[in-house]
Amino acid sequence: MDGSEPLLSVEDLTTAFDTDAGRVTAVDGVSFDLAAGSTLGIVGESGCGKSVTAMSIMSLLPRPAGKVLSGSVLFEGEDLIQASDERMQAIRGNEIGMIFQEPMTALNPVHKVGRQIAESISIHEGLNKKNALDRAVEILKMVGIPAPEVRVDEYPHQLSGGMRQRVVIAIALACRPKLVIADEPTTALDVTVQAQILELLQSLQKELGMAVIMITHDLGVIAETCSDVVVMYAGRVAERGSVTQIFDNPQHLYTVGLLNSIPRLDSPRKQRLNTIDGHVPGLMEMPVGARFAPRSPHPRIGEYLNSASFKEQRPGMIEVEAGHWVEDCSYVRVD
Amino acid sequence: MVTSTDSLSEAQLLDVKGLKVHFPVKEGVFSRAKKFCKAVDGVDLRIGPGETYGLVGESGCGKSTLGKAICRLLKPTQGEINFLDQEIGNLSRAAMRPLRRDMQIVFQDPAESLNSRHTVREILEEPFIIQKIGDQAFRNAKVEELLDKVGLESKAADRYPFEFSGGQRQRIGIARAIALEPKLIICDEPVSALDVSVQSQILNLLMDLQKEMGVSYLFIAHDLAVVRVISDRIGVMYLGKLVEEAPGDELFNNPVHEYTKALLSAIPTPDPSRKRERIVLRGDVPSPIDPPPGCAFARRSPIEVSEEIASQDGRYQEVSPGHWVELHPATVADYDTYANR
Repeated sequence: MDGSEPLLSVEDLTTAFDTDAGRVTAVDGVSFDLAAGSTLGIVGESGCGKSVTAMSIMSLLPRPAGKVLSGSVLFEGEDLIQASDERMQAIRGNEIGMIFQEPMTALNPVHKVGRQIAESISIHEGLNKKNALDRAVEILKMVGIPAPEVRVDEYPHQLSGGMRQRVVIAIALACRPKLVIADEPTTALDVTVQAQILELLQSLQKELGMAVIMITHDLGVIAETCSDVVVMYAGRVAERGSVTQIFDNPQHLYTVGLLNSIPRLDSPRKQRLNTIDGHVPGLMEMPVGARFAPRSPHPRIGEYLNSASFKEQRPGMIEVEAGHWVEDCSYVRVD
Repeated sequence: MVTSTDSLSEAQLLDVKGLKVHFPVKEGVFSRAKKFCKAVDGVDLRIGPGETYGLVGESGCGKSTLGKAICRLLKPTQGEINFLDQEIGNLSRAAMRPLRRDMQIVFQDPAESLNSRHTVREILEEPFIIQKIGDQAFRNAKVEELLDKVGLESKAADRYPFEFSGGQRQRIGIARAIALEPKLIICDEPVSALDVSVQSQILNLLMDLQKEMGVSYLFIAHDLAVVRVISDRIGVMYLGKLVEEAPGDELFNNPVHEYTKALLSAIPTPDPSRKRERIVLRGDVPSPIDPPPGCAFARRSPIEVSEEIASQDGRYQEVSPGHWVELHPATVADYDTYANR
C-alpha cells in the first residue's frame, strides 16, 4: 500500500477451535493490510472464516475453545495477538470499534440507550456522568436519530431495527476509533434501511477519517462501500485486491463463480442462473491443497485432484498485477 | 378491477379479492382487544396456470401473512380467495384437506419446517399417507422419483434433515411440496437463508420444476433481484396493501410508485463503477397497528403533501396494460396525467 505503514497488518493468521470431534482450523493463514482511512471488504459464504478473522483481530474468540495458533495482527505496529487482556480492553472501543449484525443482541435490553453510549465514553475518556450523557446526545444526533434528547431516555425495544443499528454505530464511534470492524452490519435490515445505514457509515467515515473492515456476504454492499476486497473461501484467502480488480478482473475461479451466480437487475429473466457445483468441504475434511479445487470448473481439474501436490502442498499467493493477489494454483485460476 | 369482459378471468388459478387479515392486539392481560394489527388490508391478486407471481416488500409489510392466508394457514378477516373456481376463504380445516393436494407451501427455514425426528423418506411419504394415495411400494418409488427430481441421491431417503446442508434441506422441502403435483406452491422467502451460490441452485431448481410440471408459484421475497429472475409478474406490498403491480421488466424499467422507485434505488449493485442516485425515504415504516389514515406511504414519500391530502385514500388504477399502481398525489409524480386518463 504505497510503501507507507498500514494501519492494520494481518500476517499469516491461523485460528482453530477445539471441538469434541477434534481441532478444526477455521482461519488458515490469512494475510491482508489495511491503510488508514480506507475501507476493506471481507466477503465469502457462511463458514468461510470471515467472522472468525474479525474475532481473532479483536481477541474476542470464545474461550477456551478458540485459539490463534500462529500469525500476527499488527495495529499501528503493535501485535494484538500478544497483547494482554487489559491492553485489549483499552484498545476495543477506544481505538477499534465494533458493529455487529444483530443490533438487538449487541444492545443491553434493560439499559437506556443514552446510558449505554455514555458508559463507553466514561470508561474510555474518563468523562463524568453528566458530560458523558451530553456527548451521547451529540453522538445520537450525529448518527441521524431524530429527537436525540428524547431517545437517550428510551430502551432498545422502543426503537426500530434501523434506529437500533444507528445506536450500535453510535456506541462504536463514541470514542472516535481509528478502525471500525463491521460484521454484517446491514444483513438484518431492510434494503431501504440498509441504504440509509451504509450512507451514514460512509459519511461518518469521511468525517472522522477512520478505516473500516466491512464483513459481508453481499457483493453489492462490497462494491458500493469498499476500496479493497479480500475474498475468502473455506478459511483461506482466495483472492485480494482493489475493488475494481476483483469485480472487473477476477482471477480466482471461486470469485468468478460467485460474481456469476448472483441475480442482477439486468440479468435475463426466467432463465437458469450460473451456479457453482458442489458444496464447501466440511471443516474436518479440508484438503491441504487448493480448497476450491473439488468444485473448480477448470478443464484439467481431475489431474490436480489426483496429484500428490493436491494432497500435500498448500498453495501460496501470487501477485498477478500490482496489489492483486491470487491463490497460486493454476487449477483454480482463470486461464 | 375484474370486469365481466375480462378474458383472463376464466383462466385464473387463484383469484384473491379484497383480502384482509386483521389480528386483534391485546394491551393488557385482562383487557379485551380494542386495536387491530392490519397485516393485510385489502389485497387483490390473481395468478394464472404455470405463472410465477413475485411478491416483494420489506419486513412487516404483510407479504408472508398474505401467503399464509391464501393457503389457509390463517383465517382471513374479510375478502374472497377463489382457488380452482372454489371459494376457500371460509372452508374448515377438514374441507381444506383435499385442496391441499393442489396448494402447497415452501418455507424460508427448512430446518424448522421439516420434522427433525423423521427420516427424509417419512417426510416425503407423509403427503401420500394423509391423502390415502398408493401402497408402500408406490410410495417408495415416489420417494425415489422425488429425490431425483430435486437433485438428491436416493440414499438420502434414510437420513435425517439435520444431516443435510441448508441448500439440501431446502431441496427436501421442495420435494415435499411437489409430491402431490400441486397446481400452486406458495414459496415464502425460500432462498433468503441460503448462501449466494446455493441460492442460484435453488432458483434454477424451481424454474426447472415449473417447466416440467407447469406449476404456478406465489414467490414471496424481499430481494428484488431474486424476484425479478423468477417472476412473470411482480407486486410490491407496503403496509398491508399492494401499491404497484406490473409484468416482467416493466416494474424495473418504468416504476411509477415512489415507494417502488425508492426500493429499486436502494439495492446495492455488484458493480463498483456504477453509482446510482439513491432515493432516501423519510422516517420509518409506520406500525400496522392503527396505521395513519389515508395513504400509508404519503408521510414518507419524497413528494410532500399536506396532511389533509395525505389522509385521503389513493385508488388502485391500471396505468398501462397490466401495470397497476396506487394512485395518490403523494405516491405518483405525474399524478394529474394519470388521474385524468
